[in-house]
This record gives sequence, C-alpha cells and structure tokens, in this order.
Amino acid sequence: MFAVLSTMLAAAIERPDIDWHAVLPELLLLGGGALVTVIDLVFLERARKIMPTLTSLVFLVALIPVLTLWEAGDNLPRVMWDGAYVVDNYSLVLKGLFLLSGYVIVLLSTNYMSEGDYYDSEYYQLISASVLGMLVMTSARDLVSIFVALELVSIPAYLMAAWRKRDLKSNEAGLKYMLMGVFASAILLYGMSLLYGLAGSTKLADIATAIDIGESKPIITLGIVFTIIGFGFKVSAVPFHTWAPDTYEGAPTPLTAFLAVASKAAGFVALLNVIIIGFPTQAEVVEPFMWVLAAITMTVGNLIALRQTNLVRMLAYSGVAQAGYMLAPLAVFSGNADRATSAVVTYLVIYAAMNLGAFAVVIIAARKTQSGEISSYGGMFNYAPGLTLAMTFFLFSLAGIPPVGGWWAKFEVFRVLTDGNRASGIALAVVAAVNSVVAAFYYLNIAKQMWFMPAPDGDNSRIVIPPSLIAAVGLTLAVTIATGVLPGLVSDMTDFVNVALP
Amino acid sequence: MENSFLQDWGITIMVFLPLVGALIMMLTPASQEENHKSIALGTTLATAAIGFWMCVDFWRLGKSEWNNLHYVVDKNWISVVNARYLVGVDGISIPLIALTLLVVPLVMIYSWNHIPNPGNPKAFLMLILVLHTGMLGSFVAQDLVLFFVFFEVVLLPMYFMIGVWGGEDRLYASIKFFLYTLFGSALMLVSFLALYWSTGSDTFIMSELAERVQTQDIKLGTQVLIFGGMFMGFGIKVPMFPFHTWLPDAHTQAPTQGSVILAAVLLKLGTYGFIRIAIQILPEAAIEWAPWIGLLAVIGIIYGSLGCLAQTDMKRLIAFSSVAHMGYVMLGIATLTDFGMNAAIFGMVAHGLITGMLFFIAGSVKDRFHTLEIKRLGGLLIQAPRMGWILGFCTMASLGLPGLAGFWGEFPAILAAYQPAPGISTSLFRVYMVVAAIGTVLAAGYLLWLLQRTAFGTPSEEFEDDPEIHDMVFTEYVAWVPLLILIVLFGFLPHLIFDLTDGTVSDFADAVAALGK
Repeated sequence: MFAVLSTMLAAAIERPDIDWHAVLPELLLLGGGALVTVIDLVFLERARKIMPTLTSLVFLVALIPVLTLWEAGDNLPRVMWDGAYVVDNYSLVLKGLFLLSGYVIVLLSTNYMSEGDYYDSEYYQLISASVLGMLVMTSARDLVSIFVALELVSIPAYLMAAWRKRDLKSNEAGLKYMLMGVFASAILLYGMSLLYGLAGSTKLADIATAIDIGESKPIITLGIVFTIIGFGFKVSAVPFHTWAPDTYEGAPTPLTAFLAVASKAAGFVALLNVIIIGFPTQAEVVEPFMWVLAAITMTVGNLIALRQTNLVRMLAYSGVAQAGYMLAPLAVFSGNADRATSAVVTYLVIYAAMNLGAFAVVIIAARKTQSGEISSYGGMFNYAPGLTLAMTFFLFSLAGIPPVGGWWAKFEVFRVLTDGNRASGIALAVVAAVNSVVAAFYYLNIAKQMWFMPAPDGDNSRIVIPPSLIAAVGLTLAVTIATGVLPGLVSDMTDFVNVALP
Repeated sequence: MENSFLQDWGITIMVFLPLVGALIMMLTPASQEENHKSIALGTTLATAAIGFWMCVDFWRLGKSEWNNLHYVVDKNWISVVNARYLVGVDGISIPLIALTLLVVPLVMIYSWNHIPNPGNPKAFLMLILVLHTGMLGSFVAQDLVLFFVFFEVVLLPMYFMIGVWGGEDRLYASIKFFLYTLFGSALMLVSFLALYWSTGSDTFIMSELAERVQTQDIKLGTQVLIFGGMFMGFGIKVPMFPFHTWLPDAHTQAPTQGSVILAAVLLKLGTYGFIRIAIQILPEAAIEWAPWIGLLAVIGIIYGSLGCLAQTDMKRLIAFSSVAHMGYVMLGIATLTDFGMNAAIFGMVAHGLITGMLFFIAGSVKDRFHTLEIKRLGGLLIQAPRMGWILGFCTMASLGLPGLAGFWGEFPAILAAYQPAPGISTSLFRVYMVVAAIGTVLAAGYLLWLLQRTAFGTPSEEFEDDPEIHDMVFTEYVAWVPLLILIVLFGFLPHLIFDLTDGTVSDFADAVAALGK
C-alpha cells in the first residue's frame, strides 16, 4: 500500500526538465529583485542612494542572457513544461524591450523619487517585480501562467500608482486603477474558465484545437470575448479606457510612463498570445470584434486628446489612440498571423522609445515649471533648445511623420491592413489614416507651444537636467531616430516566422 | 564614363553633407553667431561644389546618355518591404538639383546680415540645412519610400521657419501649410502602397513599377484611383487650384529666406513628382487625368492673376503670381507631350530663379520700409535706384519677356497645348491654350502695375527722409547677381536646359503616345 503510494507520489512530483539558460533572464531578475529587498532590509536608509543604480544594473544584467539566447538562435524555440512556456525570437525581442523599458523607467524615477518625500527602495523592488511579470508574459503559452504574469505586472503597479500618498489625486489614481483592474481580472477569469471548461486544458494550443472542433458556439464566443475584454482594460482600449486619464494624471509621472508603455505592452503581448496561439481558428469572432475595438479606440482616443489642456492627460488619450493603431493588425490576422504579430511588436518597440522619451521631457519640464499644463511649455525653445528639439522629434514620431521612428510603425500597420485587398482591412486603414491627421494636430500643438509661444511667466532661465534624465532622453531619442532612418534595425528583429507554433 | 568617386559617393555626400553641417552647428554654442553663419555657408558651398562637379561630369557624358540614370547607388535599406536606398540623377533631375544647389548658398549669404526676428541664427540656419538635405534627397530618390521620407523631411523645417521667424499671422500660416501638406502626403502614401500591392508587392523602385504597370495589365480604374492619390499629394505641393490657399499665407508670413526657398525649390517638388512619379509610372491614368489637370491649371492661371490684381501687399502679390506661374508649368505637364514637359521643367527653373529673386527684393524692401503695403510704397527708383531697376528687371522676366528666362517656361507651354498627346482632346486643350494666353496679358498687367506703384513716382511722405532707406548692400549684391545673370543666360541660351531634359522627357512622352493611340 505504502509502496504504491510512494511511487505515485514520486511520479507526481517528478521535476520537469528545466532549460536553465532559457529562464535565466527571469531568474536573474527575480534574484536581483530579492537582492534589492535584502539590501534595503539590512542597510535601511544608508542604501537609499544606491537603489536606483542597483536596480538598473539588475535590468542590464538580466539583459545579458536575452542576448546570448538570441545569439544562439539556432535552437530556438526552447519549449518547456509541455509547451506552457516558450522562449522564441518573439518572446526574446519583447523581453529585451521590457528590460530596456524598465531601465529607462528607473532612470526617469531616480531624481523624482529621491527629491520627493517617498519610499523609494520599495518602489524599485516593485518595479522589478512588475517587469518580471512582463518577462513571464512574453513566454506564457498557458492560461494560468498568463494570468499569474498579468497579476504580477498589475499588483505592484496598483501600489505604485498611489505612491504619492499625501496627494489626493494619487490616491484616486491608485484606487481607480486597482478597482478597474480587479474588475477586469474577474471578467478575464470568467472568460478563461469558460475556455478551460471547453478544452479541459489551460494550454493555449489545446484550447485552439478544442474550440476549433467545439460545437457550443455561444460559449466559445463568450469565452473569447470576455478574455479579450479582460486584456482590453490593460491596453486601455475604448470603452475600457476610463481609468487611464485619471490614473495617468494622478500617479507619479515616471510610473505613468511605466503604465503607458511597459504595462500596456504587456497587455498587448497577452492579447497576441491568446489570439494568435489560442484563437487562430476563430477569426470570424475575433476579427470583427477587434475591428470595432480598434476603430473606436483610435477615434475616441484622438477626439478626446484634441480637447486636453494637460500634457500628461493628453499623452494618456493619445496613448489610447495609439493602442487603437496597435489593435488594428489583429482585425485582419487570419492567414497573416506572422505579419500581424510583427506589425504589433514593431509598433510596441517604437512606441516604447518615443513615448518614454516624451515622458522624460515631461518630467524634465515639470522640474522647472511645476506644471503639466500644455500652456506651460511656452518659450521652451528659448531656454532649452536641445530639449525642445528632442521633444519635437518624439512628437513627430508619435504623429508618424518621417524620418523619425513612428512612421515605420504606422507603415507596418498599414501594410498589414492593406495586404490581400480585404475590404475590412482597407476600411480600417482609411479610419487610421484620417485619425493620424487628427492626431498630428494635437501633437503639433505641443510643438507650437514650445517653439512659437513665449514663456507664460517670462522666466527664461535654463533648466538644469540631472544626468539620469539626460541619459533617458538620449537613449530614447537615439532609438527613435535610428528606427526611423534605418527601419531595418527593428524590422529585422521583428520579422517573425511561425509565432503560432508552441 | 562617370568619374568613379562621384559614381560611388557623389550623390550620397551631396545629399547628406548639409545634415553633417547641421550636426556640427548643433554642437557649437549658440552664442558664436559668426561661426554658425560661416559653418552654414561653408557647408552649402561644399555641397554645391560636390553637386556642381557632378553636374559638369554629367554634362560631359554627352547628350545620348542624359536620358539614363547616372551615379546610381543601390543599397538595401528596409529589407522587409524591399525598399531600397536607390538614388540617381538623369536629365530632369539635374536642372532642379542645380537650382537647389545655387539657391541655398545664396540664401545663406543673404542671411549673413538678414536674420529675421527673433534672431537665433543657429536654429534658423540649421533648419535651412535640414531643408537642403530633404530637397536634394527628393530630387535624387528613385525609390518611392525613399522619396516619401525625403518629401516629408522638407515639411518640418519649413513649418518651424514660418512659425518661429514668420510675420504676424505666422501661427495660422504655419499650421495651415503643415496640415494641407500632411493631408496630401498621407493620400500619396496610400497610393504608393496601393501601387506596391497591385504590382506584386516586392518593389518600390520607380522604373521597375512603371514597367510592371504595363506588363501586368493593371486595371485602368485602379490606375486612375492611384493617380488620384498622387495627384492630391503633388497637387497640394505645387499648389494647384483649388488647393492653393495655403500658399499665399505661407509665403506672406514666411521670412524672406523661407519664401525664397519655398518659391524656388519646394513648389517644384510637386511638379517634379508629377513627371517623375505619376506620369512615369502611370502614363495611361495620366491620359485620363490630363483634361482635369489642364482645367485646374488654366483656372489657376486666371485665378492667380486675378488674385494678384486684388492684392495690396507686395509679398502676397508675388505669392499669387506663383499660383499663376505654376499653372503654366502644370499646363505644360498636362499636355503629356515632349514639348510640354520640357517647357514645364524649364518653367520650374525659371520660376525658381525669377520668383526667388522677387521674394529677395520684397524682403529687402520690407527691411527698409517695414511694410510691404503697396500703396504706402513708391519711388523706389529714387531712394534705392539699383534695387528699383532690379525689381523692374525681375518683373519683366516674370511676365515672360522674350530674351529672359521666364519666356521659355511660359511660351512653349502655351504652344504645347495646341497639340496635346494622342488620346487627349485636342479641341479642349486649344481652349486651354487661348485662356492661358489671356493669362499672360493679365500677368503683364499686375506685374507692371506693381512696378509702377512701388518703383515709379516719388517717395511717399512718410518715407521721404527715412535714414534707414538705402540702396543695396554687399550681401545683397552677392546673393542676387548670380540669379540675375542666370535669368539672362537662360533667356538667350534656353537649350542649356532643354537639351538636358529632352532625353528623359521624350522617353516618358513616347510611353504616353504609345498608349494613347
């Protein structure tokens, strides 16, 4: 009796093969995060100064195995845990993106956190935890790991959104974000449970087969729609975007950049995973839904952005609109999944660079003007010409005007949409084209303030920019310009083949 | 044979040298104003040296070679869509490149002591250098994506030049300029993509696309639609009636240097695009569109001229005259004949020289009188006789006096309308011809009227003893004399340009003629 039980136990807890090299980025980040926590516990206040440096080093060190995995590209994809966790070109590009975004966020936070009266060691621990969730997300090919990754991304972000705890707006930001986030998680879980019920497995590949032959169409549709809606909150797609502007405005600005770029990208990765791998056969459900979602997201985002007077809020709504462009390839993904994925990832990479850059400038400007109002940017060309030039590049990139990066991101989206001459794709391309002209107007409005208007308070003293912020602007600007002039840099990396295979 | 250094590097160095100059200026502190001016001028002169060396080398290849692309550099650029860094020059790009290479250094010289308010020569001159790269790049690009990128690069510096250094209504003018052009280029990009998909989706090379459109039998309806998108993009840039309304505002508000570059080079991007891209790739659609282009061109001629007669501001008058002159260029293009398109390219160069010159004069008048209101001016010939005579000379050139460059842009274009390419209604174009000819009378009217009221007569009382009003200064001589010489030179020796352009243009015209039968 005992002998039987013990053999059963041994079989049940048999350790699965782990490809240590493949999970090294996650492990390093986990270890690094733990190290930051321990150092904080041991040295307390004395370690405050080195926290940002340490965290950014952790991100850079975790980047090394990503690069070595990429270099040893022959034996990709590396599949673990029965296909639930996959490291391939697609996930490596995104891991690199998340680690570098995390690095830039730390650069943005350094002065902000140390100069305000905030807990800052904990902040960096939470950032690394959240980025760890993003890394897991890129490789997750299973509903459970996707959900765990999503919560790992979100929960630290709920805390950080309320980081300025003496500020009512920040409290509002954190609370709104958390309530909406939890609500979204509930919807997501409901959708996932339906899918699990149908397939009897949480693996996306199994779900794909199960719903292909499944007969209960309404349940399948409900499962798919609820899952997509759950992620729709994360990527702030209209009509699930309502938390974004208030949270963005109230949260500490570096964290806003984090939410607008990294966290949103994580949502897109989750969407890509479930749609491309989980629902490839359900185009007739997914595509019309994504079409509507993309069209209203870009249109509503743009129209509301037009009316904003606060730059951070404007960037929030413009981020909503940009999410619309990123959703668009998914409205025509069937038969073209690789290219649609490439387009979304290309957009994510370029969007991260230009949007982080724009936020960096916002943070720098706020150091002088103490304001996020668009009118407070007047006269910047006179007292900070270099910064103005950088911001102009970011804005034009966001508007999609060559030769800076954004044009290539939009170009890729248009290319997918117009491929194959599908009426729905071309119609969405037209909607996107009209929207880009609308968007150009409000991006240009910022440039107009900075270049043409006098400083509102007549104060033309120069801005002193701390080195970490200079580094952040320099890094993002270099990527923004390089991807625009030589789009091959990013397109060679994102030219995926067979993402759909586990 | 081409010089081997020029073959490999000529175009690339010429196009990107201004950008290098701009980078050097970026690293130089803003307080060293003299250094900035020297770097900017030096860069444009070096660019011109390389460029003119290439032009001379090109000339020596001999007439039989002028219709082919030379100094071609073909490098992989964006491999996923097969967009290439493909640049090269032939007979129709050389005159426009030479014009650009000439005008920009002259603008730099003029800027030496004419930096418009609110100063900051560093930023101002850097923008001109970026503009320089964009313009040269557009004229050498032989790949649609590359062309599109350069075409857009031009947009930004001009927007800031108008917006920061412009006149009172600069905000309105600059945003109007920007949104109009952006709208046009968005539609242009869509038609480029449509062309890409409908021809097998693996190339953006212009000549290759032109071949495929013929061999693959693309439906005429599709071609006409694609041409329509390009028409919007280029037509707004030209600008053609009814998309011209950004131009008077932009010209009037822009600083002198901006107006000169806008008139001399930027508008030509549109007309050049028509010939190089729209007509080369889609000759069949061009035949369908020709009557409409011709119609808008003659409306532009008459409307522009009437607009001129109604102006009270000298600069605005010159701006409206651009609408009329570009109408002649577009009429020449619309005939789709060898003769008409040659005239059009000549017209582009002539308009660049003459109208550029007129804007220079307007700028200098503004510097002295602080107004351009025609009724307050007068007696320029008494107060600044040399400038007055030059104004007279330029108005004569502008109205198309034989013996000066303006004549050879206008007269052959009208003549070409007598017999458009096969497949286009001859009687319709003869009507256009008559209307366009009437336009020349109106042109004489508004230009002579302008001259009379500003140069003749006696100075008005308010400016009679104004000590600020003086005759030309050194930088003005240096900047203007080359233009004046060329206006005369091309007036007497028009074949200098006609010979260059004829080869390529007749290739395009032959393609149209073969389809129109």
